[in-house]
Amino acid sequence: MRNPLSDKVVQMKPSGIRKFFDLVQEMPDAISLGVGEPDFDTPWHIREEGIYSLEKGRTFYTSNAGLLELRKAIAHYMYRKYELTYNPAHEIVVTVGGSEGIDLALRAMLNPGDEVILPEPAFVSYLPCVKLADGVPVTIDLKEENHFKLKPEELLAVITDKTKILILSYPNNPTGAIMTREDLEPIAEIVKEKDLYVISDEIYAELTYGQDHCSIASLPGMRDRTIIINGFSKSFAMTGWRMGFATGPELIMQQILKIHQFAIMAAPTTSQYAAIEAMTNGEEDVQIMRNAYNQRRRFVLELFSEMGLKCFEPEGAFYIFPCIKEFGMTSDEFANRFLREEKVAIIPGTAFGDCGEGFLRVSYAYSIEELKEALGRLANFVERLRKEKNL
Amino acid sequence: MRHEILRMLENNSRIDLHDLAIMLGTDESVVLEEIEKMENEGIICGYPTLINWDKTDTEKVTAFIEVRVTPQRGQGFEKLAERITNYPEVKSIYLMSGAFDFAIFLEGKTLKEVSMFVSTKLSTLEAVAGTATHFVLKKYKDHGMILIDKEPANRMKVTP
Repeated sequence: MRNPLSDKVVQMKPSGIRKFFDLVQEMPDAISLGVGEPDFDTPWHIREEGIYSLEKGRTFYTSNAGLLELRKAIAHYMYRKYELTYNPAHEIVVTVGGSEGIDLALRAMLNPGDEVILPEPAFVSYLPCVKLADGVPVTIDLKEENHFKLKPEELLAVITDKTKILILSYPNNPTGAIMTREDLEPIAEIVKEKDLYVISDEIYAELTYGQDHCSIASLPGMRDRTIIINGFSKSFAMTGWRMGFATGPELIMQQILKIHQFAIMAAPTTSQYAAIEAMTNGEEDVQIMRNAYNQRRRFVLELFSEMGLKCFEPEGAFYIFPCIKEFGMTSDEFANRFLREEKVAIIPGTAFGDCGEGFLRVSYAYSIEELKEALGRLANFVERLRKEKNL
Repeated sequence: MRHEILRMLENNSRIDLHDLAIMLGTDESVVLEEIEKMENEGIICGYPTLINWDKTDTEKVTAFIEVRVTPQRGQGFEKLAERITNYPEVKSIYLMSGAFDFAIFLEGKTLKEVSMFVSTKLSTLEAVAGTATHFVLKKYKDHGMILIDKEPANRMKVTP
């Protein structure tokens, strides 16, 4: 029989998280710090709009780009938040989660051999999606001492004639790093000078704890060079609804829409009605959740400092990225032993790129009680390791 | 700060003071002082526990009583309300807009006990013009807490 498979897909490495997921599955009583989604239920008024749309029998396809009313609400939101103007008719596509947006943007923009700069540690989808779109990923190992921000000299060092796209993902999963306007300005200058484009994944934009998020698209001359990926999953606790959106210049968005139209047709209708409610009346929910995350963030940071575990103070998303290099173990070894001995799942930093070696991703999308229990076990484990190694 | 402390305590009055201070990014002594001030100012009125008595062996009956009142010259509703608050059976009393004046939540051991209280104590008060008693059959949510059993959270343990 002929080989039924695509070489490109077969060569793709399975996600490091998947491997760990299987391990955790075998341990049903394990608790976790490994979750990449909010612990809040979707606010009731948003769920209710979904239910109401079903009661009304709104169960048909929407237009490919999504309900016009939703696209208008998104346009309004983008203006309110970033003073960015997008035409709902041609420059906004409602996607199935932010993940679809990443895939679409790459496929719409890449020709074979084009290089995509990917600062790591980064979300697990970028690299495989670049490869599937026949692009060549060029990774940058971000540094902890820079708080995992992308520095202009790091960017300059990897740009070649073939570089086309820079993927930016701030607030960042897994590090919790953010980039401020001042951090982004020199990056934007390089992007313009070298004639690059940016795919800016801003899915955690609502979750910053110092200053408000700044979108690189809002810097001078950057709007038409940037595709913004955003969505409802993290900001409105709507992961299961699979609701994302992409905005950008018409030239690119029309090609993105073409792929979306053939691959997906349209995002789920029920979810779109719920999303309209989230965009129009969800501001207060976001504030309440942001406040709760911030309290937990302070709590986890304090507990890490009590344990003497080194980590920089993250200012976004709901992750903390502590360093475990002092124990002389790989992230994988640490996470495996911790799971076996203390029954807590924690994701090794290497799941987000090789430069995540020596780090762990700790999610604080949990109640204070859950965090207390899990971090108490981490403190025990760390103490035991230090004794073992006479640290 | 006050607002945040109140919001946290309203959800969990047993919250650890040390934890609360960390979560608010301040010192324990600051939080403690603020709480004491609010206790003295009568902003924080107490720390009772919300109990779902239906899950215990204890028999309890809750009733909601509408009370219509003839306000007394010079005293309005206050004097009567104050008097009613003294009955330990009365869990809450509110002055209402609309078709009746006081809304009273009563608790007793049996239907009979509650009925007796209404007919002998409440109705006989001079200014009370009439009452209507409604017994509570089941509590689904109380003081912001859902009392019916919820499906356990089904988030996966590990996700990207």
